[in-house]
Amino acid sequence: MAQPKIDTSPKVSDEVRQTTCYMCACRCGINVHLKSGKVSYIEGNRAHPVNKGVLCAKGASGIRQVNAPSRLRAPLRRVGPRGSGAFEEISWDEALGLAVEWLGPLRDTAPEKLAFFTGRDQSQSLTSFWAQNYGTPNYAAHGGFCSVNMAAGGIYTVGGAFWEFGQPDWERTKMFVLFGVAEDHDSNPIKMGLGRLKARGAKVVGVNPIRSGYNAVADDWFGVTPGADGLLILSLIHCLLAAGKVDLDYLARFTNAPLLVRSDEGAEKGLFLRDADGKALVMSGGALVPFDRAGVRPDLGAVYEGHRTVFQHMAERYLSPDYAPEAVAARVGIDASRIRALAADLARVAFDEAIEIAQPWVDFRGDRHDKMIGRPVSFHAMRGISAHSNGFQTARALHLLQVVLGTVETPGGYRFKPPYPKPAEAHPAPHCKVTPGKPLDGPHLGYPRGPEHLCLDASGNPARIDKAFSWENPLSAHGVMHMVIANAHAGDPYKIDTLFLYMANMAWNSSMNTAQVMEMLTDKGEDGEYVIPRIIYSDAYASEMVAYADLILPDTTYLERHDCISLLDRPISEPDAAGDSIRWPVIEPDRDVRGFQSVLIDLGARLGLPGFVTPEGAPLYRDYGDYITNHQRRPGVGPLMGFRGDGSEEGRGAPNPDQLQRYIDNGAFYQAHVPEGADFYKPWNKAYQDWAVKIGLYDAPQPYLFSIYSEPMRKFQLAAEGFGTRQPPEAARARLKQAMDPLPVWYAPFGDDAASYPVHALTQRPMAMYHSWGSQNAWLRQIHGYNPLYVPTKIWQANGFAEGDWAKVTSPNGEIVVPVAHMAALNEHTVWTWNAIGKRKGTWGLDPDAPEATKGFLLNHLISELLPAKGDGMRWSNSDPVTGQAAWFDLRVRIEKVDAPTQAQPVFPALDLKGVQV
Amino acid sequence: MTCLPGHTEKKLGLAIDLDTCVGCHACVTACKGWNDQGYGVPLTDQDAYGADPSGVFLNRVHSYQVQPETGAAQVINFPRSCLHCEDAPCVTVCPTGASYKRVEDGIVLVNESDCIGCGLCAWACPYGAREMDAEAGVMKKCTLCVDRIYNENLPEEDREPACVRTCPTGARHFGDFADPDSKVSQLAAKRGGFDLMPDMGTKPTNKYLAPRPKDRRNEASLLAPLLDIEATGFAGWLDRVLGKI
Amino acid sequence: MHPAPSVIIFSVLSGLGFGFMAFMALGFLPLTGMWAFWAWGVGYALAVGGLIASTTHLGNPQRALKAFSQWRSSWLSREGWAAVLALFALAPIALGDWLGFGVPFVWRGLAAALALITVFCTAMIYTQIKAVPRWHHWLTPVMFMAFALAGGALLAMQAALAFVLLLALAVVMLVLFYTGDRQFARAGQTMGTATGLGLRGEVSVFEQPHTGGNYLLREMIFVVARKHAQKLRVIAVLFAAVLPALMAAVGGLGLMLAAVPVHLVGAFAARWLFFAEAEHVVGLYYGKRQGVLR
Ligand SMILES: Nc1nc2c(c(=O)[nH]1)N[C@H]1C(S)=C(S)[C@@H](COP(=O)(O)OP(=O)(O)OC[C@H]3O[C@@H](n4cnc5c(=O)[nH]c(N)nc54)[C@H](O)[C@@H]3O)O[C@H]1N2
Ligand SMILES: Nc1nc2c(c(=O)[nH]1)N[C@H]1C(S)=C(S)[C@@H](COP(=O)(O)OP(=O)(O)OC[C@H]3O[C@@H](n4cnc5c(=O)[nH]c(N)nc54)[C@H](O)[C@@H]3O)O[C@H]1N2
Ligand code: SF4
Ligand code: SF4
Ligand code: SF4
Ligand code: SF4
Ligand code: SF4
Ligand SMILES: [Mo]
Repeated sequence: MAQPKIDTSPKVSDEVRQTTCYMCACRCGINVHLKSGKVSYIEGNRAHPVNKGVLCAKGASGIRQVNAPSRLRAPLRRVGPRGSGAFEEISWDEALGLAVEWLGPLRDTAPEKLAFFTGRDQSQSLTSFWAQNYGTPNYAAHGGFCSVNMAAGGIYTVGGAFWEFGQPDWERTKMFVLFGVAEDHDSNPIKMGLGRLKARGAKVVGVNPIRSGYNAVADDWFGVTPGADGLLILSLIHCLLAAGKVDLDYLARFTNAPLLVRSDEGAEKGLFLRDADGKALVMSGGALVPFDRAGVRPDLGAVYEGHRTVFQHMAERYLSPDYAPEAVAARVGIDASRIRALAADLARVAFDEAIEIAQPWVDFRGDRHDKMIGRPVSFHAMRGISAHSNGFQTARALHLLQVVLGTVETPGGYRFKPPYPKPAEAHPAPHCKVTPGKPLDGPHLGYPRGPEHLCLDASGNPARIDKAFSWENPLSAHGVMHMVIANAHAGDPYKIDTLFLYMANMAWNSSMNTAQVMEMLTDKGEDGEYVIPRIIYSDAYASEMVAYADLILPDTTYLERHDCISLLDRPISEPDAAGDSIRWPVIEPDRDVRGFQSVLIDLGARLGLPGFVTPEGAPLYRDYGDYITNHQRRPGVGPLMGFRGDGSEEGRGAPNPDQLQRYIDNGAFYQAHVPEGADFYKPWNKAYQDWAVKIGLYDAPQPYLFSIYSEPMRKFQLAAEGFGTRQPPEAARARLKQAMDPLPVWYAPFGDDAASYPVHALTQRPMAMYHSWGSQNAWLRQIHGYNPLYVPTKIWQANGFAEGDWAKVTSPNGEIVVPVAHMAALNEHTVWTWNAIGKRKGTWGLDPDAPEATKGFLLNHLISELLPAKGDGMRWSNSDPVTGQAAWFDLRVRIEKVDAPTQAQPVFPALDLKGVQV
Repeated sequence: MTCLPGHTEKKLGLAIDLDTCVGCHACVTACKGWNDQGYGVPLTDQDAYGADPSGVFLNRVHSYQVQPETGAAQVINFPRSCLHCEDAPCVTVCPTGASYKRVEDGIVLVNESDCIGCGLCAWACPYGAREMDAEAGVMKKCTLCVDRIYNENLPEEDREPACVRTCPTGARHFGDFADPDSKVSQLAAKRGGFDLMPDMGTKPTNKYLAPRPKDRRNEASLLAPLLDIEATGFAGWLDRVLGKI
Repeated sequence: MHPAPSVIIFSVLSGLGFGFMAFMALGFLPLTGMWAFWAWGVGYALAVGGLIASTTHLGNPQRALKAFSQWRSSWLSREGWAAVLALFALAPIALGDWLGFGVPFVWRGLAAALALITVFCTAMIYTQIKAVPRWHHWLTPVMFMAFALAGGALLAMQAALAFVLLLALAVVMLVLFYTGDRQFARAGQTMGTATGLGLRGEVSVFEQPHTGGNYLLREMIFVVARKHAQKLRVIAVLFAAVLPALMAAVGGLGLMLAAVPVHLVGAFAARWLFFAEAEHVVGLYYGKRQGVLR
């Protein structure tokens, strides 16, 4: 028999449309293949700067996201009690009319009674603009429960952090150290970067209690005890300092190490010595001069009238034997010899294997350098560090480590992505001044430079419902989303009327203390009304949160709408190029749903909000596509930077009616390339600064020094010490003094009741699942249909666990009963599970007996949003005291073997959402 | 077609790098996505949103832990798909000739219109590389994306398997093992490419690249302090580090 | 391996049928007329019924004819041919016995051989599977043949022969249980060789590739509890061989007839175990070994 003849060149599809993926915030470019107008296949766009053709498991199964049976069908008005899932379908006119009926009068009387919080956002520049024009101070996105520690720690230290802020120089780095990352927002770039390092045989080091995923491929693994990274990092700095293996030239020129710290007692103690113009001073050649003068050679060892340099303060602190590896080893869970070996490796690669690029450049002082020296060690970190109550300081410590090694913005090290570098001073400060019927006095979120920027009312109480920018968490740059429902329910600091949520599953996996949150959402006051009177929610799918809202504004899926990944927001830049991108409707929705951004613009127009209506009161924009094209934030600067004006202008230029089409033709993205010679040393490189101004990233050059020592933090410390007019409440002073240390410190995470709850409990993101929404994907749910609790060998044996066993896991906040599995490559005091696999019965278009609901579970039931009462009688929120970042990973538990129940506990009654989905 | 060709012109296959695979499952769904609409019948799912979902995938990613005699345990991610064996037992057992190994490139395929769905080939495969489609009743297996690698409707650079194209870490390499100069042959030679269960006598074409040794003790000398800080004090250290003595 | 009823019914019944008919072909049960009709009818019913049962195992039974094409390499194809040839070769003998005409002994011999070759081919379908070490052993065809012959002799009412063959079957079964339990280890495949990671340390599963079910788990990774298997082994040996042997030893038509269902119960149990206890090496990838896990 002859071998069959097969067609090896079948036609792939009728048409390919290029847009941007959205099963996570990585924003890869995709080619959507269509057959007969239906999506038939999705692959990566090779020309796209983010993913260069690759896709992750979620991106490659996007077709199952677009066709999921859980998609919402039409606008909904609640008809049964909250949480029952009883809705009636209404028209868009009715839905928007209802929203206007609720929100219009509120704006004219008390706009702060609207709390508008957005979750898995990629359109903050629009949503914040809307909220600002509405006039409520109560706006934020999900960053507060996500990774604000990492973002703010980076911004306050070097003017950028990881992911959208910057990344390792994957091409040149020779040693890469990863702290606590399972997947990250930068999913594909990190994987691609790891692949490149591996192909070159470069060294990868993983610091993580759990050795899976990226840590599985690491050449060296450090199974750190959760919450102890700060101590580990400061110990590495100790070793480097003791050996003199720090980049002195770099520290002197580009950081605030040579600035003089005032030693005179009083309100300015610990602030920088400044001249009359407010310029910080350094000693150079024996003279006291502003730091940025041409020819200045700052002296790190200077003392001026008793004021010593930051360098000396820093060195003295970290040279202390308290930071010696031997002193920290037990707490960190890593042998002293391994800590020393890691420090030695870092020093060897940074200094002995330094690289040089023959590229001259001129710095902000006007000094010419004839080459670029690279220190090819790089780092990356995310929530493993962020999601602890000492995360801000730990993030600062990590940046300090990079800085003393001289790797930031040098070849082979860590590189910023435009619009970063951008130090705290270049960001807005937060605004909270409410005037009924008028916009807020400025943007909600920002980076406070001192107590003067806190959002407090006249009597010193928090002005925001989430208590962001209050003494509890002064630098809460992203807001404190995980406290919104609890505070609104408690009426602390005040009661609100309408909670408006977008794309956040707050009744389930993004809440702490989930069971109680569901109660808060359904709780009624004595008047029989809900304590949180109105809830508006936009989701695309039948999530748990849907059941708790009064009005649902159903969104499209990601292939059915416009989105804008903007330089005004979180762009898709690379170190070598500023970049932005769009999504556009590559298919039309087959249901009565609308893109949320367009709905928000419509709502803005109906409410007559400035920025959304013409002077005559007519809608300013047809829809979001129209807004993307025509909105201007500053003259000539709009949501998209590419193809402006006549189509040839970049960054700045008049709106171009063809702009969206040009993007579509270009693969849905645009890049403005950093010119040669401007690509390293960006914060100080004249060539870069000038380019950034040219394309509209800044309006004037803004070189700055890295903040080893943070003056803004010192200002809060001074307030805690009693200086200044804005004073913290007594109960907050001690905590502020400790937390706002201007040099990175380590303190044990809060809520650490080691005696009764000896085991750390963590979650990790599965690479093939996105929070709660991967489960509605028929392919992905076959990979992760339920989650066991992984238990290290010691605990496994001590409990006599065997495969198939179940355990009761108890925290101060409650208990769960869940299946266990053994994992050997795990910190011996740590258990963990995959995040957000567990589902409430009846949600997500799944059978109520789906494994996600019978065996899957959440750790969230064990996590409290408030810490247990301490001596001061206060219940502080379970957050970082600097930023308010939710401390998900401070959780400690007790674990014991129990008989297998029929289902994972607790079990909540099924939600009936059958009626709302397609 | 059940007899194996004595010789194939090429030996197309994959080199899978276990040192680099992070276990992301991208290759799993990319494979499913391509093959759901490509060669043969779709890869169906049963009870897709129900209590017991299951379905056909041509590529699965396992994750193992390895406990060495001393030192920390390791985790190694392990993709598993058809190895396009030279002595493919799945082919010779097939009663209908539906299973065959292509003469020109060594790809092992199922001609679905001849397949009776007896399952014998899946029994014969030691690697679990074949899954029967419950809806169509035909055997499905990795085609090495035979409808991509020669596809003239695709740009040249895309003529590689879907799983290779999507792999974010670049842990999957496609090429001709018959050509000693090919990238895959070179990788296999350089990185200790090995066969799975060689004693099964299947002579797999696909090679697995061994994970590099991990957690090596640091060979470099440790950092020596500049001086005894406790004895000389901070001032001594500062002078020394700033080069003043 | 998944003990699929269709395959168990097929292999037990058709083996018994062909064994029985081999004996009849060789003239061990000299019946004539309607008695012959019914006896051959039973033989055909068992053989053909078994074969039909086997097609319900197929995903696309309507294409079953294609299975005849690969006799040069495939034991399943050969089995198909052998079965058809045997059924054709036996037909004149059956007709002759029923209608009372003679068939040359060479033909009878050939037909009997074909019947037994069919059973052998059936056995080889399993024996050839290297990936299932328990099956991949010369004792597998011996066992199939022993079943066919012992069962055939029983049906052919050959008390003495049946007694001997049934005892032999018991021995084969016991030896097979003994060797079978060691076959997987002898094959030398472990999670270490399956993954190639064995030299680095002890390999175990950290995470399965999927929490959902799949064909491999259903078809190849059937795990039977060891306690359960032990009980069934006792039942199998007792019912398939020991009890019928004793009954044959006592003899008499009634007991001989009664021994047949007893034997069948044992045969089904044995064949169920033949599948259920057989471990496919693919289980190594899933860290699932019989008795190791529940
Ligand atoms: N596939 C997928 N991708 C995602 C998401 C998703 O759900 N799925 N979610 C996105 C979102 S919103 C976010 S915020 C990012 C988060 O991305 P990641 O930062 O990767 O977040 P997690 O998965 O929570 O991983 C936290 C890691 O930190 C480790 N860890 C915990 N505590 C410590 C510690 O004290 N020290 C150290 N060194 N490590 C520690 C944990 O073991 C885990 O590996 O991922 C984004 N990307
Ligand atoms: N235990 C534990 N809990 C955690 C974490 C942890 O590490 N451990 N991580 C925390 C972190 S960092 C985060 S960011 C949160 C994430 O938690 P959430 O922000 O709640 O994230 P999702 O589960 O993705 O929920 C987002 C909602 O958006 C909806 N959605 C999806 N696509 C669209 C769309 O196109 N339009 C609209 N309008 N809606 C859509 C989904 O259906 C879903 O209901 O979880 C937090 N919770
Ligand atoms: S990482 Fe995956 S889910 Fe996220 S945007 Fe890229 S392809 Fe989509
Ligand atoms: S896509 Fe690549 S890295 Fe991901 S599981 Fe597959 S082989 Fe491994
Ligand atoms: S891996 Fe299995 S299916 Fe693939 S050729 Fe080898 S034996 Fe056949
Ligand atoms: S299932 Fe199909 S391909 Fe496999 S052996 Fe049977 S007929 Fe051949
Ligand atoms: S080569 Fe093609 S068919 Fe084979 S595993 Fe890769 S994507 Fe799937
Ligand atoms: Mo997050």
